[in-house]
Amino acid sequence: MIEMRDVSRTFVIRSRDGRRLRRSRTVVRAVDGISFTIGAGEFVGYLGPNGAGKSTTIKMLTGILAASAGSVRVAGLDPARQRTALARRIGVVFGQRTTLWWDLPLRDSLTLIRHLYRVDAAAHRARLAELTEVLDLGPFLGTPVRQLSLGQRMRGDLAAALLHDPPLLVLDEPTIGLDVISKATVRGFLERRNAEQGTTVVLTTHDLGDIERLCRRVMVIDHGRLAYDGGLDRLRATAGAQRVLVVDLARPGEPVDLPGVSVMRVEGPRQWLAIPQGSSAAAVIAELTGRYEVRDIALREPDIEDVITRLYRAGRGSREAVQ
Amino acid sequence: MGVYLRVAGYAFRRYSTYRVATASAVVTNTVFGFLRAYILIALWQARPQLGGYDVADAVAFSFLTQALIGPVNVFAGSLELTGRIRTGDVAVDLHRPVDLQGWWLADDLGRAVFALVFRGVPTLAAGMVAFGIPLPGPATLAAFLGSAALAVLVGFALRYLVSLCCFWLGDERGLHTVSTVSTMFFSGMILPLVVFPGPLGEVARALPWAALIQVPADVFLGRHTGTGLLGVYAFQAAWAVALLGAGRALTRAARHRLMIHGG
Amino acid sequence: MAEALRVYALLAWTWTRAAAQYPVSMIMLTLTTVALTLLDLAAIALIFVHTDRLAGFSGTEVMFLYATSLVPFAMADIVLGTAERLGQHVREGSLDTMLVRPVSPLIQLATEDFTPRRLGKLLPGVVVLAVALERADVDWTPGRIVMIPLMLVSGTLIFGALWVITAAFQFVVVDGREATSSVTYGGAFLTQYPMHIFGRDFVRTLTFVLPLAFVNWQPALYVLDRPDPHGLPAAARFASPAVAAVLCVLAALAWRAGLRRYRSTGN
Repeated sequence: MIEMRDVSRTFVIRSRDGRRLRRSRTVVRAVDGISFTIGAGEFVGYLGPNGAGKSTTIKMLTGILAASAGSVRVAGLDPARQRTALARRIGVVFGQRTTLWWDLPLRDSLTLIRHLYRVDAAAHRARLAELTEVLDLGPFLGTPVRQLSLGQRMRGDLAAALLHDPPLLVLDEPTIGLDVISKATVRGFLERRNAEQGTTVVLTTHDLGDIERLCRRVMVIDHGRLAYDGGLDRLRATAGAQRVLVVDLARPGEPVDLPGVSVMRVEGPRQWLAIPQGSSAAAVIAELTGRYEVRDIALREPDIEDVITRLYRAGRGSREAVQ
Repeated sequence: MGVYLRVAGYAFRRYSTYRVATASAVVTNTVFGFLRAYILIALWQARPQLGGYDVADAVAFSFLTQALIGPVNVFAGSLELTGRIRTGDVAVDLHRPVDLQGWWLADDLGRAVFALVFRGVPTLAAGMVAFGIPLPGPATLAAFLGSAALAVLVGFALRYLVSLCCFWLGDERGLHTVSTVSTMFFSGMILPLVVFPGPLGEVARALPWAALIQVPADVFLGRHTGTGLLGVYAFQAAWAVALLGAGRALTRAARHRLMIHGG
Repeated sequence: MAEALRVYALLAWTWTRAAAQYPVSMIMLTLTTVALTLLDLAAIALIFVHTDRLAGFSGTEVMFLYATSLVPFAMADIVLGTAERLGQHVREGSLDTMLVRPVSPLIQLATEDFTPRRLGKLLPGVVVLAVALERADVDWTPGRIVMIPLMLVSGTLIFGALWVITAAFQFVVVDGREATSSVTYGGAFLTQYPMHIFGRDFVRTLTFVLPLAFVNWQPALYVLDRPDPHGLPAAARFASPAVAAVLCVLAALAWRAGLRRYRSTGN
């Protein structure tokens, strides 16, 4: 569905230098040689800190921006050259701004969309009815978009992006600013759409809940480069995140001494033990209970947020080392 | 007082960040200054001394109107306050321990000072250089600045009234255009009020819009001095007081409405 | 082209239907647009209170110029006027949402907020044109009769091209809307008057750089049977259609270049 090969995108930034009128000119590589392939039916999360190149990638995928170098293919088309043809095959949602018309009631906005995409009346009616039901648009179809709550607006935007039944859905931060219930609605909808209709979904987000709930595959971009591309599980391992055993001993004492296990923290009788990658938690627990008197044990999976933070830090570190 | 000064200062700074937009407005004001000047030259060639102006006065008048568009904000219709009333954000403004009208007046004065210096002055300078019109003496310039300040005050008072009407109107765009049309026609923007014939001229010269452009332009042209100058100052000031007073009354009514009906 | 017109009509119709849900507001806005448009006519009327001739032209002749400037300008404005919002859409990022739709962003821009209010500019122009044609002292030869629709169409194309070119300029200077209105609104204003009242260099620019002299001035000299005060060859009077065609090509190129620039430099 999507194929990017060695794609780069540079920007020239001109800025005024303080009070003097001298202008400085800097070339920024927003995306720096990215390659990946996304197959039909995948659900991919695209992560990265602000300014990492997420939006730039999305703009290149959707044909808004042309790539400076490399090749981009989406749904068999070249987005930069075949923008309008591509537009018929993809649905795009920008969480930060609506694709609907501010002054029009939602229903009229959707009618405009129908004309823009040349959806015939019968198909439009059927899809609108379906989307109205699953997204529960009924109560506010007649309300001008400016008066909708953020959650309602996002549901309207999702409907607008899907009225022409595109096989690929690209979402730029679709859950930003939404309340808990709206987030759940949007996530549930995307999940079903992907599972039942086989719609390929690519979404960028800062919300790790989106990732954990939805994405089977995660890509992390940092400083314009892909820092990670793979499953969620492997991401934890790659970033060097460790599982942690929290142990309550019968009485406070010295840090426990077990082969290959390092003690991260001691707080009275409670100790935090890092389990090295590749070793079995069961073995460690057996060893531990054999040697010490243990009251309670809890095993903590590495926190995804922690994993991502490590990944960004690592990127920054290597970047600073280069400079 | 301190808070108002600060508000005015922020407004000045806010507008000073739109450099390209300001330059672009100067271009348009200057181009229209040229167009209107040539039209008036043609009229004054047919009727020298019409309305007591000579050709040089007519040319200067054309550029003065263009230079005053920015400070008096002829095309704006209303204040940014309109948007805040629409969205209901005005409730926040009304809860501040600062007078609503005073706050927006300070904001508008900051904007006007910026517009006078960076839009008005370049526009006027371009016209005077191109047509070789000499600058009036320092006394006349000082008198003009006084009159321009009063014009800004009247302009604000009018736009404040239009903005506040949005508390009661469903759609403010109609009122906006009515306000813009009246301002353009009765201020001297499209033609100096001295050529308005008979009763139309008399009425136009007595309406508040005359205080926006016609009066300061005449002061610049040295047509009002001594007691005459005090007379036109009084004319402008009277309208400013009356309109600002109406604005205060309307503010009270709006506050009352907001408390009873909610936002 | 036919497809573009079809989409344009559909979008314009959808916007109109939305606006029609508030009929009072729509009528009110149309009327105020009429009033705003009539201000320029009021200025002309006031001028002719004081004089029978302005630079040798009678009141009826200036009315003829006013109408043959306003009708094309209003038509172009109806179709393309909102293109001047381009800079705002670039600034707010809403141009991006237009680019992910399968229709030219120019069409989306031009149909935005389409309401019958836009007719408020055309209406006074048509009425004044009828009055001016009826009162004008013209020797109506077949050539002069044909020239009237021809100049209206050419003028519409010239103004339309200027709307597109000035919109494309905002791809480069995003905050340049005000400056571009000196070309569009300024052009509409100055063509209401006999062109020789403006300074010589000014007119040269207006003839050869921004070809505003071909909107109505040159054809009007032919219709009113007057010598060109600037002594341009008689062929210039018939050049409007050719000028309009060239300008439309330039406008298309400018728009494409602007869009390409936007998509290759980002914003």
